[in-house]
Amino acid sequence: MYPKIPLTVNGQKQEIEADPEMPLLWALRDIMDIKGPKFGCGIAACGACTVLIDGEAVRSCSQPVGEVEGEITTIEGISQGDELHAVQQAWMKHSVPQCGYCQSGQIMAAVALLEENPDPTDEDISDAMTNLCRCGTYPKIKAAIKDAAQTLGA
Amino acid sequence: MSRLGKYTRRAFLGLGVAAAGGLAVGFYFYQKPYANPLDAKKAEGETPFNPYVMIDQDNTITIIAPRAEMGQGIHTTLAALVAEELEVPLEQVVVEHGPSSPAYFNAAMLEESTPFPFYDESVLAELARGSMKIVAKFLGLNMTGGSSSTTDAFVKMREAGYAAKFVLLKAAAEHFGTSEDNLTLADGTITDPASGKSVTYGELASKAAAVSPPSEMKLKKASDWKILGKSQKRVELKDKVTGGRIFGIDVQLPNMLYGTVRMAPRKGVSLKSYDKTATLAIPGVKDVVEIRTITGEGLGVVADNTWAAFKGAEALEIEWDDPLSLQNSDQMWSALENALTQEATFELGGTGSDAEVFTSIPESEAVSAQYRVPFLAHATMEPMNATAQHDENTIRVWTGTQAPGLIQSVVSSHFDMDSANIDVTTTRLGGGFGRCLEVDFALYAAVIAKATAPNPVKVTWTREEDTQHDTYRPMAIGQFKGQVTPDGTLKTMDMQVASPSIIQSVMPRIFPGISPAGPDNTVLDGAFNQPLDVENIRCQAHVADLQVPIGFWRSVGNSVNGFFHESFMDEAAHKAGKDPLEFRLAHLTSDEFRPAREALKRVAEMSGWGTPLPAGKGRGIAHVLSFGTWTAQVVQVDVTDNTVTIEEVWAVADPGIVLDPGIFKDQIMSGINFGLSQALGQEITWVDGEIEQANFDTFDAMRMHQAPKITIELLENSPRMGGAGEPGTPPSTPALANAIFAATGKRIRQMPLSNEIDFI
Repeated sequence: MYPKIPLTVNGQKQEIEADPEMPLLWALRDIMDIKGPKFGCGIAACGACTVLIDGEAVRSCSQPVGEVEGEITTIEGISQGDELHAVQQAWMKHSVPQCGYCQSGQIMAAVALLEENPDPTDEDISDAMTNLCRCGTYPKIKAAIKDAAQTLGA
Repeated sequence: MSRLGKYTRRAFLGLGVAAAGGLAVGFYFYQKPYANPLDAKKAEGETPFNPYVMIDQDNTITIIAPRAEMGQGIHTTLAALVAEELEVPLEQVVVEHGPSSPAYFNAAMLEESTPFPFYDESVLAELARGSMKIVAKFLGLNMTGGSSSTTDAFVKMREAGYAAKFVLLKAAAEHFGTSEDNLTLADGTITDPASGKSVTYGELASKAAAVSPPSEMKLKKASDWKILGKSQKRVELKDKVTGGRIFGIDVQLPNMLYGTVRMAPRKGVSLKSYDKTATLAIPGVKDVVEIRTITGEGLGVVADNTWAAFKGAEALEIEWDDPLSLQNSDQMWSALENALTQEATFELGGTGSDAEVFTSIPESEAVSAQYRVPFLAHATMEPMNATAQHDENTIRVWTGTQAPGLIQSVVSSHFDMDSANIDVTTTRLGGGFGRCLEVDFALYAAVIAKATAPNPVKVTWTREEDTQHDTYRPMAIGQFKGQVTPDGTLKTMDMQVASPSIIQSVMPRIFPGISPAGPDNTVLDGAFNQPLDVENIRCQAHVADLQVPIGFWRSVGNSVNGFFHESFMDEAAHKAGKDPLEFRLAHLTSDEFRPAREALKRVAEMSGWGTPLPAGKGRGIAHVLSFGTWTAQVVQVDVTDNTVTIEEVWAVADPGIVLDPGIFKDQIMSGINFGLSQALGQEITWVDGEIEQANFDTFDAMRMHQAPKITIELLENSPRMGGAGEPGTPPSTPALANAIFAATGKRIRQMPLSNEIDFI
């Protein structure tokens, strides 16, 4: 049998039974039924699976669930009830998503970036936002991050 | 409940009140319409009006947008067509993909597959387009592709909205005891100003469904549009910023198992033997299933979670039987080179000049170049996946597909069942780009689900499996030759293209009963059908089978030939000693090429074409007409220390009519970045019968730090409506190569450009 692994996800403490080697992504998606983080590559190359662990952006496809230390936040956990996070609101305002598949990861990466750097330059954004978007929405992602930075700074 | 959950519930509820007649809205007049598929699908209290509109008694207005939403915003624009005529704001409607049904056939998709250029309005061309519409209807092609959705829907979905409004008004007139002319409509409500009373569409729904549909469609003039022609908020936006469960990979069903596949390297390679001992020893793995289908052979692994299935698949020991003769990319290039020396397979377009004209170009006036492009994977963000369940006499499939009707057809053939017993639920797609016109992912899930029955199984491919089992954009060689006279005129242009045929590869996979006949336009698209005033033009195809499955990749043949044609125009301009813009305009003098001229002139203005640039910088220009949209682009690069930065792109697109400028520009932007991604390093290469690239570390695409600033304008000079999803892609790569030439004097004729110059 698998060991019990204690986790805190979006503020809720829980225990799951899983192989500690299982990537956090699959524990979230297949065991906890949290579908916001997406599977894209499995080798931390695309960022579609990005979640926050204690506020830091982590590519959950390459993070063994048994080694997670800290509180996990997925895209399901960043809004306050019906009120979306400022980054999500900026994404809506700029109509960023096309297919939308990478956008959960993009938004989580942006949340982490603004947490650390409330007023990023274009270069800061390029350095921090390494997630892949096959629809090529990068110009809009950049504009939305700057917008969200203003909202959060105001 | 999530959108997907609601959708699934609807799909399962086959109950309902008696259908009060789907409207025969007259959007195709040459044959009787298909039966209304919503009669079998509606839930209690819903009245289906016609295949595009449903109105609940609680006044929920559902618009069926039967095209795959894969990022192109099509659900929004299709809903806007209906909402415009129905007089409801978009915020008030629910948009669903709807069931798979031939009633949602796409006539426009095949229309532009006739061997006539878009600008050819001759009787013969129009007859050919008309006959393809009937073929599309006959085949029930409920497909999304060819940038055809809005063209196909432009009239019929507005008519659907009009017809619904017509019967609602009739019902309201009876309700109030007055004439329709005395009533006003707004926001899904009809008001009788005389009495001051109002009634909602929902309250009128069942009564209205009994009213005879209109015999004449009185659609609004464009000048009266309130929704169309203006940028709308995408209907699915909120789901996409909140991690909504909207994709195929998010499907969750009771008692669902998880699976993956390990398929033979390509179709034609068979499963010889395998050892599953190590796989079955992995905790969580439940079964290994043999897959032998029309699209390929291999093994499926079933487990109680996706990760265990992945590990199980990795642990399989498999021996393949590979009888194919072409094992390496070198052999494939040789096959294309050889094809170029053979007589042409077919010829399209051209001026019909004597063959001698093309072989007797004086050496001093000749310009000649050979271009090459490699195989490319689609690399959608969402890896291929499908969920399937065998349920007594029905097979249910949930997946992100561009062609649910083809899944029904191929899955039913595999299991020797009636296609009516294959139920396909189309989810949102995490990218499509043509990949999801294929059926392999759904078929393999259906095969594995036979072994897990009655439990459903969600089958997700690894990224490696996805990259290595795609239906690739073909590799091709273009041998171009021209004659530039001393006054700088391109007098003769000869285009010889060697490539495998996409149609010959696709048809046996998806329409095994139909043998492809006639020329495959996709081999020459972007070459034979470009606006060009040149005295002698010849465009010939040399088709060679490279034994690799190939398919439709965003902009298809235009992605190949656009690069060849527009690189060559630049070389010819250089030979003529002319500015590339002036040279193009000088060869676009015919009246019907006005949209090309206007697009080029405008993009030149926007980009400051002709103004001096600092050393190390350069601009390149290109124009490609594809999918009915005339698209001109200028790319500006900086080349420092032999490293290219793509600084800025300006684009002008002319689709004739713009239904949603915001969404249209998004598509052009996306098409540009998709196209430029090729140049930065994408290629699929073969060694010993296997593909060398596997994941985003070896087959990457543009990232944020490489993304240029993009400025887009739209024009409406074209006489007919064109598409949005693909036309942005073809001009981007030649404009980039031409810009690198302008900056460095280095002409790169082979994709990816990164093999010859570095990019940041």
